[in-house]
Amino acid sequence: MAIVIKEETNKLYEEDVTPHWVEGVIETSVGRVRRIKTKLDKKDIIDGCKVRCGINRYNYQISPGLYAVGNPDRNSPVLVTANYKLTFDKLRKELSNQNLWIMVIDTKGINVWCAAGKGTFGTKEIVNRIKKIDLKKVVDHNTIILPQLGAPGVAAHIITRATGFKVVFGPIRAVDIPEFLSKGFTASSEMRQVKFGFIDRLVLTPMEIVINLKYVPLIFIVFFILNLINPMGINLAVAFKTAVFNSLPYVGALFIGAVMLPVLLPYIPFRAFVLKGIVLGVIWSVISIALNNFFAFSNSVLLYMANGLLLTTIIAFISLNFTGSTTYTSLSGVALETKKTIPVAMGTSVLGIILIIAEKVLTFLG
Amino acid sequence: MRHKYIKNVVTLQLDNSKCTGCGICTNVCPHGVFEIINGKAEIKVKDRCIECGACAKNCAFTAIIVNPGVG
Repeated sequence: MAIVIKEETNKLYEEDVTPHWVEGVIETSVGRVRRIKTKLDKKDIIDGCKVRCGINRYNYQISPGLYAVGNPDRNSPVLVTANYKLTFDKLRKELSNQNLWIMVIDTKGINVWCAAGKGTFGTKEIVNRIKKIDLKKVVDHNTIILPQLGAPGVAAHIITRATGFKVVFGPIRAVDIPEFLSKGFTASSEMRQVKFGFIDRLVLTPMEIVINLKYVPLIFIVFFILNLINPMGINLAVAFKTAVFNSLPYVGALFIGAVMLPVLLPYIPFRAFVLKGIVLGVIWSVISIALNNFFAFSNSVLLYMANGLLLTTIIAFISLNFTGSTTYTSLSGVALETKKTIPVAMGTSVLGIILIIAEKVLTFLG
Repeated sequence: MRHKYIKNVVTLQLDNSKCTGCGICTNVCPHGVFEIINGKAEIKVKDRCIECGACAKNCAFTAIIVNPGVG
């Protein structure tokens, strides 16, 4: 969709086509402002699910600018949010029966917390957006409400100095906004703490699966080639079938890293993610070795060791990677884990591959 | 069940002498690391810090130093 910047008109939005989540326009002293729906349509929900699965994930944005909820006036609160559509939907669906302004800033379609970490949900963008909209002409008060998770990118005192607007950090979750507003802009300490509950973790798993799926063909191809190299001679059908079964424990490892780790996270022993991964990896290795015949591996101690090492390494690696999707890991902790893991993971990977090659050589020697 | 991450690694530091007790750090911290005690901020549970940098960024008196990650 082409975005046409209509500087010459008195519109405060930049898109030509009216999005489906708009329900009318209201006139203000700075021009027309779109009024948004506070109920999600089927399309919002379906698109949201797609984004959670990685479809259209990086192109799910709305036009930055000023929007209205209900019938706001010159004393109505101003909420600031990111222009990621999933974020915007989570916010507006909690605002039924409210009358307020929403200032959507340009975070390049990234959510508040991630954008704040990278500085796009930032001081400069907010200052510029206040000036561009001419917010002073829209409201008589001098307060803007920011999501608390925007704070890593925003220096509240600098915004005040640059624009005259006082910054109040609202609650973390949009669901708490009505209570925050009704209690004179105060958030309880409960509202100020980020969680990482079962559902929070579960919604991440489709994306984790999608990320790991791309390794499946690679795993299959490696086993297909390994099975072609055979002292009995090349047999495509047998190699194909064996490769499918050989791949299963590895696909299982990807699934365990993508789903079991996030879901079981607090119940797996150890604080370090790589150690949590090793716990899952060892369990899965034992199961895989027990099912050795089903997975069509020959009964060789070398292969047991190779599969155990490689499966554990894969799950540990995915686990370490998952730190980036959590809400409670520190950079220093992740750096420490990574530094200690990389040399060991390289060692176990190389050793696993050498063992597979050694086993292959032994089959030729008879 | 509260999640717990690796202990004794975070770079968070608070210079008590610069603190005015304004309380912005208690408002922006997503893990309740700070507490205002007798008009000054104190680090209550350092190991919960995720080094997001919100406190340091919003401390107008540069009383807080932390080496932030990228969220």
